Amino acid sequence: MRYAMAIDTKKCVGCSDCVIACQTENNVPLGFCRDWVTETVDGTYPNVSIELRSERCNHCDNSPCVRCCPTGASHIEDGGIVLVTQNKCIGCGACIQACPYEARYSHPDGYVDKCTFCIHRVRKGDKPACVAVCPTRCMYFGDLEDPNSEITNVLKNRKFKALAPEAGTNPQIYYLI
Amino acid sequence: MHQISDVCQTMNESHNELFQMKTRRDFIKISALGLGAAALTAGASKMGMGFPLLGSENEPGSEENTLRRVPTYCEVCFWKCAGWAHVTEDGNIIKITGNDDDPQCNGRLCPRGTGGVGMFNDPDRLKTPLIRVVKDGEQTYREASWEEALSLIASKMSDLRSKYGPESMALFMHGAPGTHFSHLLKAYGTLNLAAPSFAQCRGPRDVGFEATFGESVSSPEVTDIRDTRCLVLIGSHIGENMHNGQVQEMSQAIDNGAVIITVDPRLSTAASKSKYWLPIKPSTDIALLLSWIHVLIYDDLYNKEYVSTYAEGFDELKAYVKKFTPEWAYGITTLKPDLIRNTAREMANAAPSVIIHPGRHAAWYGDDVQRSRAMAILNALLGSWGNRGGFFFKEGIKLPEFPHPEYPKPAWTWKDLLNGKYPMANEAPTNLVIESSIPTGDQEAKIKGWIVAGTNLISAIPLKEELSKAMQSLELLVVVDTMPMEITGYADVVLPECTYLERYDDIRATSHREPTLCLRMPAVEAKNQTKPAWWIAKQLGERLGLGAYFNYTDFSEVLDWQLKQVGSSLDEMKRIGVKKLSRESSPYLEPGTSHTFKTASGKIQLYSHELAEAGFDPLPAFTKHPEPEEGFYRLIYGRAPMHTFSRTANNPNLVALMPENSVWINPQVAKIWGIKKDQYVWLKNQDGAVSNFAVKVRITERIRWDSVYIVHGFGHHHKPLHFAYGRGVNDTELITNVMMDPIMGGTGMRGNFITFLTEDPGKEVEA
Repeated sequence: MRYAMAIDTKKCVGCSDCVIACQTENNVPLGFCRDWVTETVDGTYPNVSIELRSERCNHCDNSPCVRCCPTGASHIEDGGIVLVTQNKCIGCGACIQACPYEARYSHPDGYVDKCTFCIHRVRKGDKPACVAVCPTRCMYFGDLEDPNSEITNVLKNRKFKALAPEAGTNPQIYYLI
Repeated sequence: MHQISDVCQTMNESHNELFQMKTRRDFIKISALGLGAAALTAGASKMGMGFPLLGSENEPGSEENTLRRVPTYCEVCFWKCAGWAHVTEDGNIIKITGNDDDPQCNGRLCPRGTGGVGMFNDPDRLKTPLIRVVKDGEQTYREASWEEALSLIASKMSDLRSKYGPESMALFMHGAPGTHFSHLLKAYGTLNLAAPSFAQCRGPRDVGFEATFGESVSSPEVTDIRDTRCLVLIGSHIGENMHNGQVQEMSQAIDNGAVIITVDPRLSTAASKSKYWLPIKPSTDIALLLSWIHVLIYDDLYNKEYVSTYAEGFDELKAYVKKFTPEWAYGITTLKPDLIRNTAREMANAAPSVIIHPGRHAAWYGDDVQRSRAMAILNALLGSWGNRGGFFFKEGIKLPEFPHPEYPKPAWTWKDLLNGKYPMANEAPTNLVIESSIPTGDQEAKIKGWIVAGTNLISAIPLKEELSKAMQSLELLVVVDTMPMEITGYADVVLPECTYLERYDDIRATSHREPTLCLRMPAVEAKNQTKPAWWIAKQLGERLGLGAYFNYTDFSEVLDWQLKQVGSSLDEMKRIGVKKLSRESSPYLEPGTSHTFKTASGKIQLYSHELAEAGFDPLPAFTKHPEPEEGFYRLIYGRAPMHTFSRTANNPNLVALMPENSVWINPQVAKIWGIKKDQYVWLKNQDGAVSNFAVKVRITERIRWDSVYIVHGFGHHHKPLHFAYGRGVNDTELITNVMMDPIMGGTGMRGNFITFLTEDPGKEVEA
């Protein structure tokens, strides 16, 4: 089992529904977020293009945040989901510095928080909140080791990229381009 | 328990206080009363609802099992998506999700719908009725009981009825509360009911399509985007306007490989997803549309069979557009002739599965009915109306009205105020009602009292001076809202409505691809002293002697009765939230059969006799509009996907996504002005109107050098809106040049030009 996400930049409209659905699903305090949307603009008017991306923890195979965690709070669950056990986390913030994606934040309650791929939903057979809410259905979530999964198929048929490949983290959020 | 005499006593006192203020209605900030004075962080702490966090001792999501799921449909915008409010045992709404059975959202709410929790939790909500009084020579509000507030309004409305007739009352409305107050005012005896959604928004579009096809595109629009092969957007920015079903379907269209053509002076999100982006010179859309019509006809690309079967006036159209070549349009629109020809061919290739999208907010330049007509004519030439992938025929179910006595017939209505103006206005233009509330010379104003329900006229109406004069002239101004929007500061009585999550409203009976029924019911008890609109209307009705129109104790009785007439029940709807019914008619034209359009002749009107008879161009004409002088830039405004007009600007969850708007400036323009990224500037328009606040600069290649762009709905100047106050600029305060559409009274708002002030102009803000 290898959970991953593919996000279609050709369909994303940058509405940030993923951000607010995550917030209400996971009780993320206002002013913080586990996912966010970026926009990059290329070219000169009128030859301009934009790319919109919903970003979050990349649940990397080779995760610097897990390696640097002094207490083992940051760890990898079944299916490759990178998690933080809140009551083991001492809030030192080393993982925040180590993450090339700036995907982690210090929760006001004293621990480090980040995207969990909504493991509590996934275990029940639901999609992560961001995927389930997206009005454009631009996000695909599933098991890369299942040859019949939607995400396996979409990555087989479309061009894609991942972020900061130079960091060598083997990220598991793929952007369809 | 109050003694009845006490209540009467208080009521009379208030009544007198109200009468002392005939001269001027001062703007009162509700914060002066210490209401809603929560710190900015209160929203965040209020959100801490004990939801289980991962790694805590609870199993992740274990509380999920104890959540109660209550059906609702959204009120954050007019799309009204059906969803579920998820409620904890102790009565907190922790999230709202879409109802899978609702074809308008397919189980997926938009960011505003998901963020509806913020509307419920907003610490700045109105909490109790307020009455305007004079204290130590100053006007202020004091908190009042419902009994007192309602009796005061009813007594004042009774006075107006006997002094000037019931027609002297008018209603301004938006959304669900509007239906309850419409019922009240119709029972009272007036039909002066106006909504900004007509003259400030979709009115020109609807009138243009009605003149052509005999019907409008409705809401939600009957655009078959899901199955289209070519979608043409003209200034319509789907994806930034988050009309949920359309956003979802545009995404499906992208998956299906549909060609998208977007005409916009700005690289909108939709433009960025388009095969063709036509970066048109603003205000020249009709020239482009005429040249497209020219190409379809003279390059023999139009749907001949469709046109000969269903339309009339083709010969007149053909002769008329002869001179509107792409070369002619190039000199006006700056779009290359080849691009115009190629895009016309793309449309013809896809026809009839093609949509020239009529947009929604269409009040731009005052010739907006004509622009909408040009779009409708294009659709007719392509045969898209009534064909798959074009426009389908809607079908719905009409719920019978709960029995009530017949409404009295008013002696006059808004139509009698027109004096020959706006002959094709089929809804009351707000501006007409506003003008009719101002006395002229020795003429008394015809309208003397307003109820304003769910619309912040201060942000919605561009005619600031008229609006202000009208509000000063009224004898009664009642505002019903959930939030202390600017308009509440002008009211004699403010009534706090509870949010959609705390109330029953009418059943959403939608006409679309299939008929649907949706229920909204209270998920939790109403906070503070807030009340649902149906209750407020009923209470006023009873005090006005109109009890027979409100023959029920609770609105649930009305809904149950109505639902039972169509084979459902309130109990059933409480379980399912959405009921889909099957269609009886075909959504598309049946090949080989005739079809009668709802026009006078039964045919599509390419040439409009109706417009000709009313003294207007029977075929749309291109008119040149004013252009910016040096140093000025055309003000273009639009929407952001996480906000609805000005009404969400204080929603803590949505503020977290987008706290302020910014002014988009082309890098070349920024260079000339020496303006830097993220710098704050003030905006001043061609008439000297200056923005209340400074706005952050966004330097971007996405906007033309002759225009700037801002998202509508920001720049609130009412301090009780703690999250929204002073953030960004309000576009309507810079829209002083209003270009009226003579056909239906639309207020064209795109003829305004702004320049930048880099130093604080020191403007005094009424706050």
